[in-house]
Amino acid sequence: MAAERARAETTTQVWNDPNAKPYIRIENVTKKFGDFVAVNDVSLNIYRGELFALLGGSGCGKTTLLRMLAGFEQPTSGKIYIDDVDMADIPPYERPTNMMFQSYALFPHMTVEQNVAFGLKQDKTPAEQVKTRVGSILDMVQMRQFAHRKPHQLSGGQRQRVALARSLVKEPKLLLLDEPLGALDKKLREATQFEIMNIQDRLGITFIVVTHDQEEAMTLSTRIGVMNSGQIVQVGTPKEIYEYPNTKFVADFIGSVNLFEGHIVEDEPGHVLISAPEAGTEIYIDHGISSAPGAKVWVAIRPEKMDLTKNRPDDSDRNSAPGIVKGIAYMGNLSVYLIKLDSGKEVKVTMSNQRRAAEHAIDWDDRVYVTWHANSPVALLS
Amino acid sequence: MASDIPYQTSLPLGAQLHRLLAAIGLRPRAAVILVPYLWLTIFFVVPCFIILKISLAQTLIAQPPYTPMLGPDSVPHEQIFDNFKRLGNDLLYIVAYGNSLKLAAISTVLCLLIGYPMAYGIARCSPSTRSLLLLAIILPFWTSFLIRVYAWMSILGKEGVLNDFLLAIGVINEPLQILYTPTAMYIGIVYAYLPFMILPLYSNLEKMDMSLLEAAADLGCRPFKAFCVITIPLSLPGIIAGSLLVFIPAVGEYVIPELLGGPDALMIGRVVYNEFSQNRDWPMSSAVAVAILLALVIPIMLFQYFQNKAQEAPK
Repeated sequence: MAAERARAETTTQVWNDPNAKPYIRIENVTKKFGDFVAVNDVSLNIYRGELFALLGGSGCGKTTLLRMLAGFEQPTSGKIYIDDVDMADIPPYERPTNMMFQSYALFPHMTVEQNVAFGLKQDKTPAEQVKTRVGSILDMVQMRQFAHRKPHQLSGGQRQRVALARSLVKEPKLLLLDEPLGALDKKLREATQFEIMNIQDRLGITFIVVTHDQEEAMTLSTRIGVMNSGQIVQVGTPKEIYEYPNTKFVADFIGSVNLFEGHIVEDEPGHVLISAPEAGTEIYIDHGISSAPGAKVWVAIRPEKMDLTKNRPDDSDRNSAPGIVKGIAYMGNLSVYLIKLDSGKEVKVTMSNQRRAAEHAIDWDDRVYVTWHANSPVALLS
Repeated sequence: MASDIPYQTSLPLGAQLHRLLAAIGLRPRAAVILVPYLWLTIFFVVPCFIILKISLAQTLIAQPPYTPMLGPDSVPHEQIFDNFKRLGNDLLYIVAYGNSLKLAAISTVLCLLIGYPMAYGIARCSPSTRSLLLLAIILPFWTSFLIRVYAWMSILGKEGVLNDFLLAIGVINEPLQILYTPTAMYIGIVYAYLPFMILPLYSNLEKMDMSLLEAAADLGCRPFKAFCVITIPLSLPGIIAGSLLVFIPAVGEYVIPELLGGPDALMIGRVVYNEFSQNRDWPMSSAVAVAILLALVIPIMLFQYFQNKAQEAPK
């Protein structure tokens, strides 16, 4: 039931519903440490049952924002509401949140079991109930057999799972995860990602995950907030963020991208024409962007949305940039081609390896045309 | 080319030393440890055995003033532990041991109660303030211990600074008798040994991971309770180290009871001194000393045991 509800919520995109009431409201929050502005005027609404990822490089303020939600830091200005309650005067130990620390912060003098039971004991939960709940959560993270070990007797991945169990056992309304999967190897990370999504489905908990790993943010989250130097630069579903980045920063941060500087020649409701000397071709986009003609723009095109051909395309003055193959990286399922355009700019193009040893395979130093569909480029004003 | 030859024939000093050590059957690593071991053997182990030897002898009006171990004048076998038997039978010694242990125990607790908040406070300061405060803790060691104890006499005396001050502000009408009372002894010992409590506690508390307290708060634990169930258990190695560093020397303390404690403060350090210099009973004095040594070796062994246990535990 809960799973269906959670899924229903994500499919209806509660954040697009003007009547929906946000569960967490962050209003114009700024946090300064001395002269350093860690979080700069952030406003954000997060809805019940969401799995929201705060994504950004190190020092972008994402962890500070998380710590303000947990109550370890106080905003210099601005307000944080959880479930319509102003959090300003509420200490961490009275907040409906639990946090999984990046360092795990497991109590070194307690066993795994005692660590997990700690939160329940603070609420004076009856001993029997503590025992069953700790047992079932340890089963879930597959740590039952290590219940009597101390943290220093565990591996990094095991500690991470204990930290996750400890933050989950109280079934908080809001779970804050600081780089939850950092220390895990790839396979375990994928398994834990799905486990987190399962838990989220089952318990209907609202999650906020801080991560610098875009892949993790993409797989896990209902929405992503991309942060850069203390500000949220874009909020959207993983697909929106990837397909329609709103700035050069987001386009570049999420996935890999080819950026061309240019200026607008034509801007009609149905299309845009951009002159981009860097690309060596005019760029035609099949949707308007409403800006002044002559304005400076950057055009972002994802490598996998580009195509390579040895033959000169018919409509060769638009969306086809001539160049020379300077490098090929074979990755198994796909290959990445590094093309040096005639302007001197290098672009990356990925092609899936559908056939083994394709007949007219493109090789080093071949003269090729990089082409793309008119709906692939995104024009960015900043 | 010719200049190469001397280098080939004469080895560098390090290698020569290496060969020399190998010749007497020593690895360089063992040689490094040998130096402190030799030092301890000559200046600690051997004197201990000399004291043990004297403690088994009996007093004699001669030079040296005790019976030899062997020969016609030596103590008969059945009387060899007589001094130690006297220790157990004479109330004076039992009272002195009791007083010393009590003084040391209470002083240790007082040092812990005063030192823990201080160490905690220093550990939570910014690094620059921290080093300043630590310097202030260590600063008294730059002056002689005796001078500092004498300073306390002038503070606590009938016409001392403290009484003058209290009279001046009108809290008391006549001077308090603090000097030459147990209170003065406690003040002196706590004052003198407080740094030995603070420093190990500080080094322990300073290393503590603050995110543990955040985690405790996050899980619904109030700050005071978090202090009790997280901070104190994790600082246990520091508490033990500090307590032993105060307790062990405080048991044998001689100067402070002598100067601040008044004539009737019967402490074991004083008994050793009196037996030795006034009664000229070297064997008895040595027996008293050996007994303290044993009483202190047990805590040291406990200390080592806890230290090893703490090292097995994580950071």
